Amino acid sequence: MNRFMAWIAFLFGATYFALPLLGMAEFSLSMRRGVYSLDAYRAVLADPQFQATFAFSVVMALFTIAFGILLVVPTAFWVRLKLPGLRPLVEFLTLLPLVIPAIVVVFGYLRLYNTSSWLPMTGTAMGTNILLMFGYAMLALPYMYRAVDTGLRAIDVATLTEAAQSLGAGWGTILAQVILPNVLPAVLSGAFLTFAIVIGEFTMAALLDRPAFGPYMQILGANKAYEPAALAVIAFAITWACMALIQLVTRFSKHARAQR
Amino acid sequence: MTGMAAVRARALNWVGIVPFAVFVGLFLILPTLYIVVGAFRTPDGAFTFDNIIGLNTASIRNAYWVSLKVSFLSALLGCAIGFAIAAAITLGGLPRQMRNPMITFSGVASNFAGVPLAFAFIATIGPAGLITMYLRTELGINLRLYGWNLLSTWGLIVTYLFFQIPLMILIITPALDGLKREWREAAEVLGATGLQYWRMVALPILFPSILGTMALLFANAFGAVATAIALTGPSLNIAPILLYAQIRGDVLGSPNLGYALAFGMIVITGAANMIYIMLRIRAERWLK
Amino acid sequence: MAFLELRNLEKSYGATRVVKDFTIGVEEGEFISLLGPSGCGKTTVLRMVGGFETPSQGAIFIDGKDVVALRANQRAIGMVFQAYALFPNLTVAENVAFGLKVGGVGRAERGARVAEMLALIGLRDLGDRYPFQLSGGQQQRVALARALAPRPKVLLLDEPLSALDAKIRVSLRTEIRAIQKRLGITTIFVTHDQEEALSMSDRVVVMNGGRADQIGTPFEIYNAPTSRFVAGFVGTLNTFDAVVTDQAAGGVTLDDVPLVIGRRLPVAAGQTVGIALRPEAVQLGRDPSREVVLPAKIVEVHFMGAVVRIAAEVAGRKFTIDTFNRVDMPPPAVGKSVEISIAARDFLILSDPVEGGQPRL
Repeated sequence: MNRFMAWIAFLFGATYFALPLLGMAEFSLSMRRGVYSLDAYRAVLADPQFQATFAFSVVMALFTIAFGILLVVPTAFWVRLKLPGLRPLVEFLTLLPLVIPAIVVVFGYLRLYNTSSWLPMTGTAMGTNILLMFGYAMLALPYMYRAVDTGLRAIDVATLTEAAQSLGAGWGTILAQVILPNVLPAVLSGAFLTFAIVIGEFTMAALLDRPAFGPYMQILGANKAYEPAALAVIAFAITWACMALIQLVTRFSKHARAQR
Repeated sequence: MTGMAAVRARALNWVGIVPFAVFVGLFLILPTLYIVVGAFRTPDGAFTFDNIIGLNTASIRNAYWVSLKVSFLSALLGCAIGFAIAAAITLGGLPRQMRNPMITFSGVASNFAGVPLAFAFIATIGPAGLITMYLRTELGINLRLYGWNLLSTWGLIVTYLFFQIPLMILIITPALDGLKREWREAAEVLGATGLQYWRMVALPILFPSILGTMALLFANAFGAVATAIALTGPSLNIAPILLYAQIRGDVLGSPNLGYALAFGMIVITGAANMIYIMLRIRAERWLK
Repeated sequence: MAFLELRNLEKSYGATRVVKDFTIGVEEGEFISLLGPSGCGKTTVLRMVGGFETPSQGAIFIDGKDVVALRANQRAIGMVFQAYALFPNLTVAENVAFGLKVGGVGRAERGARVAEMLALIGLRDLGDRYPFQLSGGQQQRVALARALAPRPKVLLLDEPLSALDAKIRVSLRTEIRAIQKRLGITTIFVTHDQEEALSMSDRVVVMNGGRADQIGTPFEIYNAPTSRFVAGFVGTLNTFDAVVTDQAAGGVTLDDVPLVIGRRLPVAAGQTVGIALRPEAVQLGRDPSREVVLPAKIVEVHFMGAVVRIAAEVAGRKFTIDTFNRVDMPPPAVGKSVEISIAARDFLILSDPVEGGQPRL
């Protein structure tokens, strides 16, 4: 009876998850009447807008990841080492982006950093890009911080630091050559997750009026029939690839540990 | 001298989190505060409750109400269905090979939100979607006649569940793994039925995790803009879409009313989390 | 029929038989230990009695009733687990009351019984605590009270002491036995610790490879082990294979050194027999009242306090010798040549066939 219920739950879930994927795949192949074809994909990939917005979002994602690592790794390390009393507060702050809707935060950006404010970031394209990157880093903060902090928990930060200091290393060396390599799998996990979040993000990019992949998809969706399904398949593949890379990184690090 | 050195060392300790503090302050706290303060200000900067009172129109009330309904129901259903699936793969006696694919897929699906998710559902149960067409041409069932419309509250809920359920699976599976076999056996040998074990032991132990996920799923759905816009365009009247339209074009005709609308959203997600924290503290007396 | 009777129990997982032809009758109020190394099947036997495993064959009778078809929650059994397994979300009192509550016992009666149980384990004032606020020893006592509260017919203890530290383990041992005696409850205790099994039980079942090798009182198990396995597993032992020279009078030679066993031997002259000797049965020095005196050379000395454990080379073999510490007799120096004396009655004859090989220390 118990196992029967388990099968029902599992099959229900599997069906619910599979159908939309099937639907979008089928739809994306149906551009030519009567036969399956890759026409929708061809149309999407050939679209210069697609290429431009996709490239923009990839670059944004890479910068966000770089900034996120530079911000989160030293902070998490420092809090664990020197300010353990502050951990609950820092953790709380990093979880806030899960509570405050992103649209509210970006609304604040638009008012706080507009052309007539003290820090007119939205005045130039570059300034707006940087603001968008900060916004993305904020969105990714809960995931990035969690991943890194979990990685740090697994190693003895204090002892490693003292050992490195006794050998004459400075803070920069300790972070770059001792701490970072040890939490690299965690950092990479956070990085891939950040990539998955940033690449299709819509709200912030649209409201800051940047030519990113998310708004492009939305505009295409409002105007075309089959191309959006092809885009959805592509976006799903990207998300899947990011998750696969995370699994790979974690498995690889476990493997390395077991061999030691 | 040593006292001075100690003070200096302590001050130096704080330097380490200055970048983080500046980042969080400038790009999370200040923007949010700006909105909150703006909600209580007239355009001239004087204190007022008019904006909050101004929210009390039929259209805005309705937007909040639909948002609440969609978020709450999708969180509730996401928790219930996600729990059932997680229980099936952990405790249900299914073959081990079914567990990892489900977890991996959940990792993907929980991040597959936004615009492409809407496309997937339009292609599946939209007016010309796979299932809709199949039912109509093969079985002669016209979903529309049964009141189905993807661009509706329930359409939104069904779509949101695609990331809500996996999120629940991801969070609750470790908690279910944490249930010790001995607890179940101890309850059983003391005469408890399976139902009594779940009611008196397992569910109370899982309660904080379930509640936490519920709050997270609620906030997750409440703030979701992209999926809703890609799915329904600006046609569906929910709070985040209304706010989106307000930010783009001041459809409410008053910037400060926009702040109030955003403030209302913070209050609702914040309240959901407060309720969660309070219930969790009560539920976790035994874990202090 | 005994109060708790296990008849020809078998349990197989696929092709592996983890319990083989296990039969024992436990009298009402008796305390029985299942002793053996990990993987010997002792826990599986316990779990079959508890109702968590279904026997592949055989029957289990409790108070004259076959319970094999009953589920765990219908068997009226109390069980204490190795890892306490207290419900973390319930207080001590609620834990103890759990079995009564699901059994439909009224509130007033429940309260009285819980108070009685808490008094029994000496934790009268801790009823409102949560498990995480208790020490390991306290948690295990609460687990015992929880198991006993619904007045089970049989109490099962699954290595209840092995998660605790040494001191508590010893004191709780005495306490469990005292409570068991006071309530007169039929008890099966699973352990891999021979000291626990010997000190607590009315009878001990030594298990090996899924089988009961020997069943007997602690005194019998220790002093008259019937198999090489039992002899080796319970206590420390010198074992060696000797060649029989005189079956009737009990004469053997050990590498050409003649020994007098003084009893009829199970095998004929010219064949090999397994002989064992407890370390405390060997005396350092010449004792004319003992039949066997051998030259030996001291190779190791371990001073352990009350006992001095000495390894000596005798007829090319290493013997373990335990002597009590005495103020007037410092331990011998390593390398010294001495004599050892053994009384013929102290030799244990191992009945199972000789497998050949080196003596086991």
